[in-house]
Amino acid sequence: MRAEQISVFLENKAGRLAEVTAILGEAGVNIRALAVADTSDFGVLRLIVDDNAKAVASLKNHGFTVSKTDVVAVEVEDRPGGLHRILGILHKAEINVEYMYAFVQHSGKNAVMIFRIDNIADAVKILQENSVTVIDGDKVYTL
Amino acid sequence: MILDIGFETMPREDLEAIILRRLKTTIDRVYSNIPFYRKKFEENNLSPNDIQSLEDLKRIPFTTKKDLRDNYPFGMFAVPMETVVRIHASSGTTGKPTVVGYTARDVNTWAELMARSLAAGGATREDIIHNAYGYGLFTGGLGIHYGAEKLGASVIPVSGGNTKRQIVIMKDFGPTILTATPSYALHLAEVAEEMGVSFKDLKFKYGIFGAEPWSEKMREEIERKLNLIAVDIYGLSEVIGPGVAIECHEAKRGLHIFEDHFIPEIIDPVSGEVLPYGETGELVFTTITKEAFPVIRYRTRDITSLNPEPCICGRTHIRMNRVSGRTDDMLIIRGVNVFPSQIESVLMEMDAAEPHYQLVVDREDNLDTMTVLLEVGESLFSDEVKHLQNREKKIATNIKDYLGVSARVKLVEPKTIARSEGKAVRVIDNRKI
Repeated sequence: MRAEQISVFLENKAGRLAEVTAILGEAGVNIRALAVADTSDFGVLRLIVDDNAKAVASLKNHGFTVSKTDVVAVEVEDRPGGLHRILGILHKAEINVEYMYAFVQHSGKNAVMIFRIDNIADAVKILQENSVTVIDGDKVYTL
Repeated sequence: MILDIGFETMPREDLEAIILRRLKTTIDRVYSNIPFYRKKFEENNLSPNDIQSLEDLKRIPFTTKKDLRDNYPFGMFAVPMETVVRIHASSGTTGKPTVVGYTARDVNTWAELMARSLAAGGATREDIIHNAYGYGLFTGGLGIHYGAEKLGASVIPVSGGNTKRQIVIMKDFGPTILTATPSYALHLAEVAEEMGVSFKDLKFKYGIFGAEPWSEKMREEIERKLNLIAVDIYGLSEVIGPGVAIECHEAKRGLHIFEDHFIPEIIDPVSGEVLPYGETGELVFTTITKEAFPVIRYRTRDITSLNPEPCICGRTHIRMNRVSGRTDDMLIIRGVNVFPSQIESVLMEMDAAEPHYQLVVDREDNLDTMTVLLEVGESLFSDEVKHLQNREKKIATNIKDYLGVSARVKLVEPKTIARSEGKAVRVIDNRKI
């Protein structure tokens, strides 16, 4: 029930993001979702791609520092209050969301959000108990 | 003014007789009281009786900072702790500082030499001395302070920092002598200007500057901006602290070494061979009057040369030229000695992997700044920005806590720090001194 995210360390200077997209493009890796968190000096690029092994290998080859993190991909009803309902469930269960970002593709009628949560097992259980669809990792990469 | 006419202008022949007598006494004392020196003598088949002339000093092996570290903290003291009245310390090459001790007589000797130094730099008992050297384990602040009191001048123990308050004190108290690091002196000038205070309206006549390298260009700038006559002072805690050598304001050409207390030598830093006067090499000192912490042929790592020519001021003591560099990688950041290896120890503590780092030193608004660039490897990396920022903060805090200097920490991508022949370039010093 968990998906794998790739995180890349980037210095905050011109052309670094383009360098990553070029490497992934050349390696034939498709980016499914992406988010950047940054400070004045550096940023962390988070990616969901269709081929983790290939993406990690090609980025490392080019000298980037890369790590893999487990995240949860969740279907969010595409209507007002859709995201709020899910955050409410997690909040009530005292599960802290470190960060989240949206997926480009829809899953059927629903939007897809990526959640970075420390205690994934508990989160998945609570979400499913509340009839929220958690998308399996393998499906996320090819959605 | 020459404070101690008897000693400072003594004819060379008489001076050398005193130096030899004091050297022999010191050798006897270190041999009987400090196991380190006794062992060194025995290993080289030397006995104190073999030292019969100043030439014989060469036969004794050198003492290095490593020797001091190996005997940390008090192993190089020649007296029992009950007769030690003061302890100071300076940075060592790794985590441990270099510790030095003083007996009551040593404190008095030091005060006398500092009083001589202040007098050589233009101070008299009528003066008010604004002492902006840091007080504490560092010998700068207290060294100048005791010398100023010994001279009979009035000393303001203002220490470092709080620059705006210092300017107010300068305006209100009217000090006539400034003692500080040369970069801090320029910083004072800058802050004074911002506050609308002109040094032309202040009462300074002379300034005595040291504890970090500076140049003739900086001297001209300081004299112009602070409207005073600037002289250079030299010292290191292992020898006694400030007051080992002083420039006279009459000549301002090289620093007189107080030879009735310290024997200087210049050596080739590689072969260890003693070089003749005028040649540039590493400065080595032997103390001949200190009780608690005598050193024999201590390698300072400072590069300079000696000038035996008579000076117009009348002092007969030999002069050393400005220190032009170091034979090791020690940096002086705002008067604090910093070794790259110390930064490395702090980084190693944070992360087991071998750190790839570089220290970038700049001078902004006349104050030294140090940035630690650290390559982010997998063990340091996190997908969460706050964790990375916490690591930066923690490293900066540890550097401040262990070394006493502020540093900015900047995480950079792997392989971005310049390497020469595969070895990382550890220090980029952009200061134009």
